[in-house]
Amino acid sequence: MSIAIKVKKGLDIRISGAIAPGAQVPAAVTPSATIAITPEDFTGIIPKTEVHEGDAVKAGQPLFHSKADEALKVVSPVAGSVKAVVRGERRKIERFIVEVEPDGDAVSFDTADALTKPEAARALLLASGLWAMMRQRPYDIVPAAGAVARDIFVTGFDSAPLAWNRDSYTPDQLRQLEAGVKLLSLLTSGKVYLSRRSASVLPDIQGAEMVNVTGPHPASNAGTIIAAIRPVNKGETVFCLEIDTLLRIGALALTGKTDGTTIVAVTGSEVAQPQLVKAYIGSEIAPLIKDNIDADGRHHRIISGNVLTGVKVAADSYLRLPYRQITVIPEGDDVDEFMGWASFSPKKQSTSPSFPGHFSHKAFSPDARLLGGRRAMIMSGQYDKVFPMDILPEYLIKAILSKDIDRMEQLGIYEVAPEDFALAEYVDTSKLELQKIVREGLDYLRKELS
Amino acid sequence: MDKIRPAFEPGGKLHAFRSVYDGMDTFLFTPRETSRSGVHIHDSMDSKRTMIIVIVALLPCLLFGMYNTGYQHWLATGATVFPFWELLGYGFLAILPTLVVAYAVGLGIEFVVAQWRNEEIQEGFLVTGILIPMICPVETPLWMIAVATAFSVIFVKEVFGGTGYNIFNVALVTRAFLFFAYPAQMSGDKVFVSSGSILGLGGNATADALTCATPLGQVATSGATNAAQVQAAITDAAGDPVSLWHMFLGLIPGSFGETSTLCILIGAVILLATGIASWRIILSAFAGAAVMSLIAAWGATPTYPAAYLSVGEQLCLGGFAFAAVFMAPDPVTSCRTNVGKYIYGFLVGVVAIIIRVYNNGYPEGAMLSVLLMNALAPLIDYCVVEANVRRRMKRAKAAE
Repeated sequence: MSIAIKVKKGLDIRISGAIAPGAQVPAAVTPSATIAITPEDFTGIIPKTEVHEGDAVKAGQPLFHSKADEALKVVSPVAGSVKAVVRGERRKIERFIVEVEPDGDAVSFDTADALTKPEAARALLLASGLWAMMRQRPYDIVPAAGAVARDIFVTGFDSAPLAWNRDSYTPDQLRQLEAGVKLLSLLTSGKVYLSRRSASVLPDIQGAEMVNVTGPHPASNAGTIIAAIRPVNKGETVFCLEIDTLLRIGALALTGKTDGTTIVAVTGSEVAQPQLVKAYIGSEIAPLIKDNIDADGRHHRIISGNVLTGVKVAADSYLRLPYRQITVIPEGDDVDEFMGWASFSPKKQSTSPSFPGHFSHKAFSPDARLLGGRRAMIMSGQYDKVFPMDILPEYLIKAILSKDIDRMEQLGIYEVAPEDFALAEYVDTSKLELQKIVREGLDYLRKELS
Repeated sequence: MDKIRPAFEPGGKLHAFRSVYDGMDTFLFTPRETSRSGVHIHDSMDSKRTMIIVIVALLPCLLFGMYNTGYQHWLATGATVFPFWELLGYGFLAILPTLVVAYAVGLGIEFVVAQWRNEEIQEGFLVTGILIPMICPVETPLWMIAVATAFSVIFVKEVFGGTGYNIFNVALVTRAFLFFAYPAQMSGDKVFVSSGSILGLGGNATADALTCATPLGQVATSGATNAAQVQAAITDAAGDPVSLWHMFLGLIPGSFGETSTLCILIGAVILLATGIASWRIILSAFAGAAVMSLIAAWGATPTYPAAYLSVGEQLCLGGFAFAAVFMAPDPVTSCRTNVGKYIYGFLVGVVAIIIRVYNNGYPEGAMLSVLLMNALAPLIDYCVVEANVRRRMKRAKAAE
């Protein structure tokens, strides 16, 4: 049995630089001298280091744990030696850099009871760093080590701009998914939901409630399917994870080893040849995009992730969670556009029919400019058009800005994550930083209520 | 612009005009500012383009207003030939001083406030500044326009925090201020038609011109007891009856820009096609007015002669259509929820007709109706938001 969800409110932003259909996944991992894990990616965890500079680490060995739960670890994806623990202001740990030793040792995890006993399953995920790859609603943070999930939602595809999705799964991968679902179902009294575009790509997985989702982005967001199936009420907790994490959980349960590699889609209008690369988790960016960036003399913005929720990174920096995509677009700070607000150029992308580009079906090459000044919230109903939940986004944003906790609760703050507001932020003519506002609102709420 | 930038930076000799410089810079060149957090790309639509599209949508009404001002003047002088360009030229000269005064006062205040707050000057007043001359009688003295504009920009907008924070529509408050502060000059049968000649264009109104009042003013004072008499009461400046077609075209006395329902509809098409105005509000405003007109006509008594007007006349006369298209959907002062927009729009229509028909003191109700609904909009939204909240609470309770 499967659930069907039709997303009506949303937007597919067409950007050039997509991976061609049927692209092959290379077998070899792109070498990277070092890798880095950024604690900031694991929202909600205050890191406490377990290693020092110069320490040798195995693949799967913890780099740090959560200050609140010692059992909740984040591990090194590769074997090697700790090159640096980079600290920033007030000694905040910015990243752990590990020098990669190819084919080094890996930690063997005890998986004996992981598929049968809930406590063993939980302990395995916590120790292997895969727990830290999950997020919970409310607050969009890494779940606490003892958290109990009402349901678990696995997002089986990605509808964000230029995201790459598998067009089929190998029998091995299907076995991993099945094992992963089996393990996860031990952690919840509810169901494990797994979303997909169609059954022809991802067949039914035993133990999971399959969710067929149609419609534009944010069709793939966990928030969208949770809202459509069973919204989060105050006091409830659900876990969310991506299918890549589910595959890793399954592989771990079957082999006892963590998979430290990932498939990265290198995309965007400034990429010469959009392609898939196999890389270490936290790999250096440079080797992944080497000789593959347009030499057009423009300033480039390299994003680890997609254009909606990704993180801007320097060319000599590292891949960030969720380690799946790199997008390179023009920065745009070198453009002088005369009276851009009056433009009828077909190259300008917009949801407004006042731009000819609105009627075009080709892909655009937008840059990172705001394309307008920041204003108060003037237009109404803009966010609603790209916000598929039964939530009034404008009112929720206003409640967050006024730090009114009761109102935030009433308007559904527990159901949302910053990523759910990404499209609203894109279409907003007032250019407000909605994701930042929501993130700060969630953090404020958690601090006040804890 | 980049070359002269240093003079406007803190410490530069022109720092006092920083807000003006920023305003002009972002007007001429798309800001180079790129996103620092959140999404990396943004929709090309911005607040400037939004405002400019509204102005473009207003242009047909503005141009027609110029023509009509000339036309009414020629009628009042007893002319029988109507030279198109002279009419237009006369209207242009008649409106130009008002337009200049409204923009000078309004933008002046915005510049000062923006500089004081150390902000970039914003584009909100661009629309307000063009709306003010269009909803005032053409003969309104300039000093009154200046006083009223200053009042509403300061007390309706800036004290609340500027563009996007006001509760009432700024242009309408300007009009209301004039209406209540200077009632003698703002209504009656003299102000809606320009009488003197301007720069040699036009002549002086003939002394025996019958009336220059707006049709609704005529109806209100006609004492008519049935529909036929109401029809007879509506005459143009030369004393001839006015057909519904003329009312639709807008060749009738009235505030400068709001007489032509045809041009208003052209503006409405522009606003709706670009998605800037809410079709929910416009549609339900017209529906509300039509329904209330039918009710009024059904229960018409001689006490309220305007009740005898047909639905078509009710929609075409006075400032209703203009208010429904350009005033009611103002996103800042109208309802923000979709359900709220239907209710809000419908009530704008209903209340406009109620005031127009049942209050002989105010022959036009659209202005007061929109202002009243501006005040009620947050309440309507509150109810809609509470419904959403209750749904969530109910669900949470069921889950326990």
